[in-house]
Order: sequence, then structure tokens, then C-alpha cells
Amino acid sequence: MTFFENAKKVLQQNIREYGMYIALFVIMVFFTITTNGTFISSRNIVNLINQTGYIAVLAVGMTLIIIIRQIDLSVGFLAGFLGAIAAIAMADPKVIPNGLNLPVYAVIPLTLSLGVMAGLITGFLVAQMKIPSFVASLAGWLIYRGAILVVTESTGTIIIANSAFNAIGNGFIPDIPDIGILPGVHKLTLLLGVVAVILLVINEFNNRRKKQSYNFEVLPTEIFALKLIFLAAIIGGITWILAGYQGLSWTAVIVLLVTLIYNFVMSQTVLGRHIYAIGGNPDAAELSGISVKKLVYVVFGSMGMLSALSGILFTSRLQSATTTAGTLFELDAIAAAYVGGVSAAGGVGKVVGSIIGALVMTSLTSGMNLMGIGISYQYIVRGAVLAAAVIFDVTTRGKN
Amino acid sequence: MNAPILEMKNITKEFPGVKALSDVSFQVAKGEIHCLVGENGAGKSTLMKILSGVYPHGNYNGDVIFNGRVQKFSGISDSEKAGIAIIYQELALIPEMTVYENIFLGHEIKNGLLIDWNETIKQAGEMLKKVNLDINPATKVRNLGVGKQQLVEIAKALSKDVKLLILDEPTSSLNETDSENLLALLRDLKHQGVTSIMISHKLKEVIEIADTITVLRDGQTVATLSKDEVTEHKLIKHMVGREINNIYPKREHKPSQEIVLEVKNWNAYHPTLGRAILKDVSFNLKKGEIIGFAGLIGSGRTELALSIFGNPDGYRLSGELFINGIKKQFHHPQDAIKTGIAYVTEDRKGDGLILIQDVKQNITLANLYKISQRGIVNNNAEIQVANQYKADLNIKTPSVEQKVSNLSGGNQQKVCLGKWLFVGPDILILDEPTRGIDVGAKYEIYTIMKDLVKQGMSIIMISSELPEVLGMSDRVYIVSAGKIAGELNAEEATQEKVMQLATN
Repeated sequence: MTFFENAKKVLQQNIREYGMYIALFVIMVFFTITTNGTFISSRNIVNLINQTGYIAVLAVGMTLIIIIRQIDLSVGFLAGFLGAIAAIAMADPKVIPNGLNLPVYAVIPLTLSLGVMAGLITGFLVAQMKIPSFVASLAGWLIYRGAILVVTESTGTIIIANSAFNAIGNGFIPDIPDIGILPGVHKLTLLLGVVAVILLVINEFNNRRKKQSYNFEVLPTEIFALKLIFLAAIIGGITWILAGYQGLSWTAVIVLLVTLIYNFVMSQTVLGRHIYAIGGNPDAAELSGISVKKLVYVVFGSMGMLSALSGILFTSRLQSATTTAGTLFELDAIAAAYVGGVSAAGGVGKVVGSIIGALVMTSLTSGMNLMGIGISYQYIVRGAVLAAAVIFDVTTRGKN
Repeated sequence: MNAPILEMKNITKEFPGVKALSDVSFQVAKGEIHCLVGENGAGKSTLMKILSGVYPHGNYNGDVIFNGRVQKFSGISDSEKAGIAIIYQELALIPEMTVYENIFLGHEIKNGLLIDWNETIKQAGEMLKKVNLDINPATKVRNLGVGKQQLVEIAKALSKDVKLLILDEPTSSLNETDSENLLALLRDLKHQGVTSIMISHKLKEVIEIADTITVLRDGQTVATLSKDEVTEHKLIKHMVGREINNIYPKREHKPSQEIVLEVKNWNAYHPTLGRAILKDVSFNLKKGEIIGFAGLIGSGRTELALSIFGNPDGYRLSGELFINGIKKQFHHPQDAIKTGIAYVTEDRKGDGLILIQDVKQNITLANLYKISQRGIVNNNAEIQVANQYKADLNIKTPSVEQKVSNLSGGNQQKVCLGKWLFVGPDILILDEPTRGIDVGAKYEIYTIMKDLVKQGMSIIMISSELPEVLGMSDRVYIVSAGKIAGELNAEEATQEKVMQLATN
């Protein structure tokens, strides 16, 4: 087989998976051209990633929720509410009446635990009380919306003075001391990029060797090489762009970690496989000795924790907790998951896909903002892209 | 004999891979009660589905002549218009609606554009009188017992001016009194000029009520008997009288006397159905033995298996379960699996397989920890395991990464089997292990079963195919209406004896 035949075959077999990457790439190139390069500038890309952050972590949790054939509408206002709680917990009692003046390293775990608890409550309603998740989480939507208003009633917007907390949404990782080379470039970011590429290459080679030791089919050598070069180029390119401004933001680091962990759990662990199984066929999973109830708790608990994280990212980015924080986050997260190839029928979807979906949606907003397109048309375009993504998904399904 | 109201001539119906009906002819005289009997899968339901238009004209070969005309029904509404109504075992009423709404659902009495509710209620009352049901037509169907619901269904049929009423196992879920009422009503309707066809497994009631009986077997008409010449013995003989082709691998080994599973005085109550589904069931299984559970569909065999296998449907249970002499209580299928029980379900697509996943993922699902370290799945070991089962069980698939939805029925069944063998069970429960698969694959599954018991595994086989039960089992338990109606050794079991116990 020639190189091109091989490449064509691999591409055809994986068109569903690569479709989103291609779409993201096309969208980015389009906006880069229409904005004369402003879109791809370091500053804009950093901004775009920070803007995606709080939706991206929600989309990760929502991916699991949709995989097990549920939905969670409460996550937006839960994020807003917990963001406000975090703000109050850190606030000086002299400024905010209920302020607890807690240090940031106590506030973050506290907020995340509250998130887990809120998620478990929804999980209880769904798993134990057998209430449809749409209804259970709609109740949560109303309750948390009211709760935000309750806690911000006396103060209105709560300004956050803690600079460490605010750095989560606005700050960047520190740089290594200047050693005279590459002035104006964030060297630690560049170094991390190089490390990432090296780890990736080592990992890919290891997997390939293991597969060969079992005598399994592996990618043809030249395709494998091409894949490595391609992935390395993408990581390198992104790193270079980021390093050109202020380097990796803390938000990016957090989203990256969440994605890596969830992707690992979903694709490599027994827990992940069981989650896919109950989404694929809950009756078969139950009869195979998997406790569906328990996993509903786990998935909703994780969703709650990620809602709290989303709240922290958003509150920190605004450096304040507002009365309307979290409005419509849940629908953005759901849209990101669907654009990223999660199936509404359950059992199908990837965490990385949803992150790409979130990036697609924010890229559209960012690009159209730069082009000066009005908000009304932005909604229409995003709606059309969502529909197109799902149509693509449905029509290519079952072809392999 | 009156002139025929219905004649079905040379009906042949094929499904992919199976001939459900071949050249069946069937005649019903006007004003009679005609019973249709036969084993599970003999083709009764298929024949009735052709008559009622569920399988439209052109989908089968042969003619349906009703009321002297060749009918070409393209759907149920056509057959209803012609005056044929069918009442299925699973009732088709809407529980949240009232009796009168249900009776006139689909042919509402209208006054201009609006429904004339007063007239509806009045006429519904008249229909209820016809079926001897004394209830308020405004009662919600949800609040009626099964017997009364069935009468409402018949009232609904009568409201459509029915000429031919078909009842599919009408008494299977009724108690004694309700059954008698229903049979009395059928006689009543006969005097009012309604012709009925009744499908039933209960031979005693068939003999009691029928004017004529047609016996189907393996998709063919084998006998049509009038009520004067029929006996229970004769019926059973016709129903099961096929040649047993010896497709069963030879029994070479004797099970040991060691009892691995024993169930004593086992009762189950179904909370949503609101009735007892298993009554005082006791049986045992020895090491290296195959026991067969024979019985009719709906007799409670699958429920028995589920109630032992961790009770996932939440029946209320009482009684004792011993595994290797130790009393056990399972709260989840997980507990049963850990104790060494595996259950290959009856409905492999519904609750056996995950169709959107591939062969390897399905095979390893119930025992992922075996190929994992610290919760992380070894994907390569998984492929290896799957390939092993692919070879051992001769699963025909291009690769173990093929989605199971793309496999044939027989190969899907082997994937199910592989999945449960990977758990390494001591006791394997197979529920209809060869349903809907071809003869070649059947033989392979029989051979696998023999190999497994030789290695010391014990098997419970639930099957509605009598020859299979008799050909494979060391002992046969016959289940009827949630009870063990009898136990026969392989040597003494015959199709006639089993059928006799099952239809009691």
C-alpha cells in the first residue's frame, strides 16, 4: 500500500474523530484571514483560552452526564452561587457582613466540596428517588438562582481583594530567570511545550512497542511518523503562540489538568468503562454486576465539583461575584458537548471532544467580535454551527 | 358446519433465515369459537398478525378471504374496518384514561368537530352491559384488575361492530374466576353472532369451549379437529409429534451427586404487577449437571432466574437459596456473580449486549477487574482475551473491534456466552440460549455446553424448545404458572409428558 492509500484509509476510519479538529482548524484559519491575523495573535489566543475555561470544565462534566443518558441544568447557577460563596468566605467581615476572612487555600477545597455535595443531592434525586434528571436539575436551576440572590442581596456585587484568588482567572505561570536568550518570549512555557512533546513521543512509542509485543496491528510506520510530527507541530505551535505573550495562564493549566485526568479516567480505567457501559445499555450493565445507582452518584458528584471549579474560574476572572453569574452556562456547556460529538442517545462521547467543542464555540464568539459582527448574528451563527455539528455526527454514525 | 367467515389459503411467511409459516390453510366457520393451539413458536401469532394486517398484504404469500372477499389489508385499520378485532396478551388500553375514553379511542363519537361525551358515556355503558361488566364507565382503567381490563378491551372491540374477535392467550394472566367469566362471555357473544378465534395454551379450557380446534406445529397446520373427536392426549400428540432430529451432541458423562445450588420454598411477588409470580418453588442443581426448565412463555422461568441472580427487578422474595450448602442472600447481580453464578439473558439485544460497543468491550464487561491493575484497564490484554474467546467459541467477526450490532444473532449469542465465561462461573444460567439462531450455531452452542459440564460447570437451561430441553438436560423441571409442576429424569421425559404438565 502506498503512503497516500494508507493515509486515506486512516482518515476515513477516523473521520468522526478528526471532524471536530478539522472544523476548529477551518474556523481558526477563516477568522485569521478575515481579521488580518488579529485572531491568531498571542494576546487573543490567551484571552480565548481564558474565556473558554469556565465553560470547558463544565463541558467535561456534562460529557459524563450525557453519556449516562442524563442532563444537568443546574450547573450554571450552581457555579455562580458557589463563586459567590467563595467570595464571601474570603471577604473581610468589615467590608462584607458575613465575610469569613478565610485564606484562599481553605476556600478552594471548601468550595469544591460544597460542589460535590450539591451534585450528590441531584444524584440522590435521580438515582434514589427516580426523578427524571431534567426535572431534578431544573429544580436545582431555580434554587441556586434564588440562592445567589439571597447571598448577594445585602451587598450586590462582591469585589474580591485576594490577589492569589484573582490570579486563577487572570494570572500566568511565572517565568524562569532571564538568561539572555529569547528575549520577550516566555521561556518556562516553551520549556513545558518541549517536555510535553517529548512525553508524547515517548508515550506513543511505548504504546506501539507494547502493541507489537502482543502481535497486534499498528499504524504503518510512515503514518505513525506523520501522526507524531503533526501532533508535535500542533503542541509546538500553540506553545509558541502562548509564549509570545505572557505564557501559559493558570486557567489553561487547570483546564489542561482536568482534561487530562478525565480523559484518562474515561478511556483507561474500569470506572470509565463502566460509565460508558451504563450509557450504552443500563439494563445490560446492571445484569453485568455494575451498580448503576452508584455510578449516577459518582457522575453527578463529579459534575458538582466541576461546577464549583467553573464558579471559581469565573469569579476569579471577573475578580468579583455578581448577582447574575452563571446565567446560561449550562446551555453553553451542553452545546459544547454536542458539538464535540457526545451522543444524546447515551454511551458515546469523549472528554477531549467536548473541550474542542467548547473551543469551537468560543472561537466563533471571539472571531465574530473581532470582525465587529453584532451579538444578534452571533447567536444565529452559533446555533447553525451547533445544528451542523450534530447533523454531521448523526449522518456519519454507524458508518464504521 | 356453517359457511366459512374466514379462509386463509396457502399462507407462507418468511423472515430472514426462518420460515415462520409454510403453506398454512385455516378455516373458521361463521358463529363458531375456533381455538388455535401449538407450541411456542409454532406460528400462531404470525398467522394472526397476517390476519389483522400487522404484516401487510404483499409481505406474505397466499390469500386471506374474509366475508367472501379476498382481503388485502395494508394495516390494522383496514382489518378493523372489515370487522376483525384482535386482543393481545399485553393489553392495549391507556391506564390514565377512563373506561369510556378507552372504548371509543380512535373512533370517537363526534358532534360536528367536537366529541360528544354524553353520547360516548351512554354507548360505553351499553357496551359494558354486553360484556357483563358492571362498572362506572368513568372509572380510570388503571384502577381495574386485569380481568376487568380484558373485558373493557372486548367492549372496545364490540363498539367497532366486530364480526371476528381474536383473543391471544386471554386467560394466561387471569385467575380462575375471571377465566370462567371470560369463557362464559365468549359463549354469550357466540349466541349474539360473533365469531371468535382464541389462541390458548390451556388445553382443558380449549376443549371446554372450542367448536373446532386447529393445531399448528413448526409453521404448518397439522390437524383440524371438531369438538366431538378431540381429547387432551390427541391434542398434545399433534402439538409435539415432530421427529426429533438428533442434532444433540452425545451425553458422555454423568453429573456428580454433589449439590451446588438448592432453592427451597421460593416465593416472589412482583410489586408493579401486584401479584405473586413464583409460588413455593424448590429445585436443586448438581455439579456437572444440565437441568432444563421447560414451560410456556410467561410461566415464570425468566423471573425465577432473575430472582436468584441478585433480583435486579426488585421482587419481594421469600424462601431459601443455598450455594454449595451455604445459605446466601444476594442484593445485586454483583453478589451473585461474585459467588460464581452467571446469567445469559433471554433478550440479548435488550439486556444482554451493549450494541454500540465492540466485541471485546462486551466480552470483558462483567469482569473488567481481571484485566486491570489498580483500576486501569490493560487494553492489550483485553484484545488478547477477546481473541481467545473469538477462537474458542468460533465467533465469526472480522475483528474483536467490530461493533456487536454488526454481528449475526448466533455470533451475538456467542459473545454473550463469552462474556459470562470470562467471569469464570461455577453455575451458568442460560435463558433461551438458541432463540433465533440458525441450526449450525445451535449445534455449536450445544457442544460448548457439553464441554463446560465436562469441566465441572453446572448449567440451568431455560428453553421453550422442547426437543432442545429433552436433548440436552439431565433432568427437566416443568414450570407452570409460577410453580414447579413436575420433575422428570432424562430417561423418563417425553414431549408428551412435559407438555401435559406445562399446560395444566
